[in-house]
Amino acid sequence: MKHGSRDKGQKEIRKKVVMDEEGIDRALTRIAYEILEKNKGVENLVLVGIQTGGVFLARRLSGKILSIENAQVPCGILDITLYRDDVLKKRQRPMLGKTDIPFSLEDRKVVLVDDVLFTGRTVRAAMDALIDFGRPRLIQLAVLVDRGHRELPIRADFVGKNLPSSLWEAVSVHLTEKTGTDEVVIEQETG
Amino acid sequence: MKLLLKGGRIIDPLRKIDKIADLLVDGGKVVRIETNIEDPGADIYDAGGMWIVPGLIDMHTHLREPGYEYKESIRTGCEAAVAGGFTAVACMPNTNPVNDTRSVTEYIIRQAALAGIARVYPVAAATRGSEGRVLSEFGDLKEAGAVAFSDDGKPVVDSAVMRYAMEYAASFGALVISHCEDATLSADGLMNEGRISTELGLKGIPSIAEDIPVARDIAIAEYTGTSVHIAHVSTAGAVRIIREAKKRGVRVTAETAPHYFSLSDEALREFDTNLKMNPPLRSTEDVAAMKEALRDGTIDVIATDHAPHSSIEKDVEFEYAANGIIGLETSLALSLNLVREGVLSPADLVRKMSSNPAAVLGVRGGTLGIGAEADITVIDPNRPWTVDVRIFRSKSRNSPFNGWKMEGKAVLTIVGGAIKYKEG
Amino acid sequence: MRWTKKDLLGMKDLSADEIRLILDTADSFMEVSTREIKKVPTLRGKTVVNLFFEASTRTRTSFEIAAKRLSADAVNISASASSVVKGETLIDTARNLEAMNPDIIVIRHSAAGSPHILARCVKQSIINAGDGAHEHPTQALLDMMTIRQKKGKIAGLKIAIIGDIAHSRVARSNIHGLNAMGAKVAVGGPATMMPREIERLGVTVHHNIADTIRGADIIMMLRVQIERKAICLFPSLREYAKFFCLDRDRIRNAKEDVIIMHPGPINRGVEISPEVADGPYSVILDQVANGVAVRMALLYLLAGGSS
Repeated sequence: MKHGSRDKGQKEIRKKVVMDEEGIDRALTRIAYEILEKNKGVENLVLVGIQTGGVFLARRLSGKILSIENAQVPCGILDITLYRDDVLKKRQRPMLGKTDIPFSLEDRKVVLVDDVLFTGRTVRAAMDALIDFGRPRLIQLAVLVDRGHRELPIRADFVGKNLPSSLWEAVSVHLTEKTGTDEVVIEQETG
Repeated sequence: MKLLLKGGRIIDPLRKIDKIADLLVDGGKVVRIETNIEDPGADIYDAGGMWIVPGLIDMHTHLREPGYEYKESIRTGCEAAVAGGFTAVACMPNTNPVNDTRSVTEYIIRQAALAGIARVYPVAAATRGSEGRVLSEFGDLKEAGAVAFSDDGKPVVDSAVMRYAMEYAASFGALVISHCEDATLSADGLMNEGRISTELGLKGIPSIAEDIPVARDIAIAEYTGTSVHIAHVSTAGAVRIIREAKKRGVRVTAETAPHYFSLSDEALREFDTNLKMNPPLRSTEDVAAMKEALRDGTIDVIATDHAPHSSIEKDVEFEYAANGIIGLETSLALSLNLVREGVLSPADLVRKMSSNPAAVLGVRGGTLGIGAEADITVIDPNRPWTVDVRIFRSKSRNSPFNGWKMEGKAVLTIVGGAIKYKEG
Repeated sequence: MRWTKKDLLGMKDLSADEIRLILDTADSFMEVSTREIKKVPTLRGKTVVNLFFEASTRTRTSFEIAAKRLSADAVNISASASSVVKGETLIDTARNLEAMNPDIIVIRHSAAGSPHILARCVKQSIINAGDGAHEHPTQALLDMMTIRQKKGKIAGLKIAIIGDIAHSRVARSNIHGLNAMGAKVAVGGPATMMPREIERLGVTVHHNIADTIRGADIIMMLRVQIERKAICLFPSLREYAKFFCLDRDRIRNAKEDVIIMHPGPINRGVEISPEVADGPYSVILDQVANGVAVRMALLYLLAGGSS
């Protein structure tokens, strides 16, 4: 995606890059250290990324932990669509993503990974889903961006960047794996 | 009471009349047909732009009385008839009890007289109970007023019985109308057998289930020198067999119904039970064959096969639904489509719907002769209207044409000099 | 691609994109059935009525399990226990059900078009679980899901369907679906079992088993309805088995990696020999497993359709 603005009909979208490639990488490195510190190593630790952005971030964190600790942390994929509290609210059902957690969560320390923490509803759905896979020892939450506006009593354990935003702004995390660039942008419609 | 129809196009193929003129009815008879009749004592009906034709005759109607009055009565059937432009109908014997005895025939005639709307000609059963075994009393029934004999609704399966029926009828100058269906081939069939039945998984009724008995009955007529009328022809094969027989001079006449030239089995994809009838709607090729047969005279008569059924029989699974649709109030408009398409001339239409059925049944009407009973239909050939079964005179609503945009309608129906129906 | 239909009445109505959406969704649901807690809360508070006018343990159970794994309440109504025997019409039954406000009605009926009647007169979403000899779309979808699992694609494959095509709703639904997805379908069996103008549905027609399965990637054997023998579709089971039973020898006409499918229940030794039914080519049990996933996908896609 390009910086600056572009035409979209009559409206203009103003974009502001708030994290670039280096910024994201540094944040993830710090989060990896924090996870290791808080959990005193990798023992019993697993990462579960929430579809879709969280999946790529979980893999990157796993890679960082491997290079820091020289230990492989299992990495799972969770699609929370079936647990969403608005799944039946719209006329059409959302597309389902893949869930792949090829290991037991029973008594594990699970770090749930997502790109943006916003209302907290996605995390609520994800926790319900995780518990259906077994009873984890504990669940922690790692996010790249916390933009505020929580609607549920949920707090992240590891945050890449706190990003106060207004409700009419859109916060997007672009990752190389999906869009070809690494950046976090705030978009606002004007005009 | 005198009635003067002014300035209509008078079409009477039997008398080779097709001209703009006035027609004066007096004392229940046609008394004058001339240009510019003046009669200050007559009620005047402005027939400008309209056709004045001999009253339409439907030789294949089910009035359902006695026995099934919840579907139709003689009165409501007659009301539907005159609304559709028919001054007379021949009613089929598959009532309850079956019209196989003088008392039932007389009952029908009495009820029709009481209603006093359209002329009703009972067709009596060819065999007792329409069971296909013992002939009914043709002589007695004819005396009572039956105009023809038929087990319509089901075929006469036994070829010997059919032969005797046709021979016995001939000795009384009576006509047998044959419902041609080989029930071993049509057994459990629900619609025409072909691509659509294959797609819908509905048991098909093959065209040969009609062709074979048509060939049989024609062979009997030819062999015994008798005549036969083939009811509700629906297949190209039957048309071919009838055409060849007529060429050889066999005394065979035939009718088809408007649905067989207006709809094909392609219409059935939505499992609409109002498209279920017997014989079934056939393929588009058969539809084309009906039109050609009407054009070249192979088929003599357009008859409605008006078959009223209530929602009890129709608002059910397709497989369980009764066969048949109502037709008295849509027949003329659908037949006028053939005039617009160039299949029939206006005079041909009058032949198929009035003159020929009168001749086949041997009943009066079918012409506007001076001194003849004034059975007259006035048709506005261009009047646009939309079929709405809710306002039909018939008791039943089972028409697949509901909602169709039509062009042309009977606007005045006169029976015996009296106006029985007048459009708005 | 989003699902927009209220009902699933037949494969004839579905586009390739819609079929793909169902199969993709079903693929995602496969995983739910492998969990220890085989249940997701998605359809909590939704009611699925299984209205079965024709006995079917297999299909009804599959729908029931699918509904329950989605946390919907599943209610089974079978014809023998229902008011149908008391002379109530299908439309009355439907209106009564509608008044109880379920969300999805799954119907199986021996009369073709019954689901269409239901769909016209009630607001609930209708799933056709088999109507007469017309369609059985969920069976076709699970068959296609199985094919895609085993072959990685559907387009370009050759599928042979053998047996009583005339009376088979499974065959019709598969023909429509497979054609939409770009497969080539051959049907085979004695001419008495081939409905008139079947070739106009886009299939090739054969009257012996070798020609039908030559070069086939998939063989679908249909169940011989033994009770239909009475109406002379074939002279005897012995003769049918002699000429149309799929055995090890006959499979050699197909591709080496051919898979064998059967909608069940099987008549062993009539349309399929025991060693083939239980052999390495057979994917019959995969079909059953996929059936639950396909039905979960459909319940998911149709849920809320009436709101």
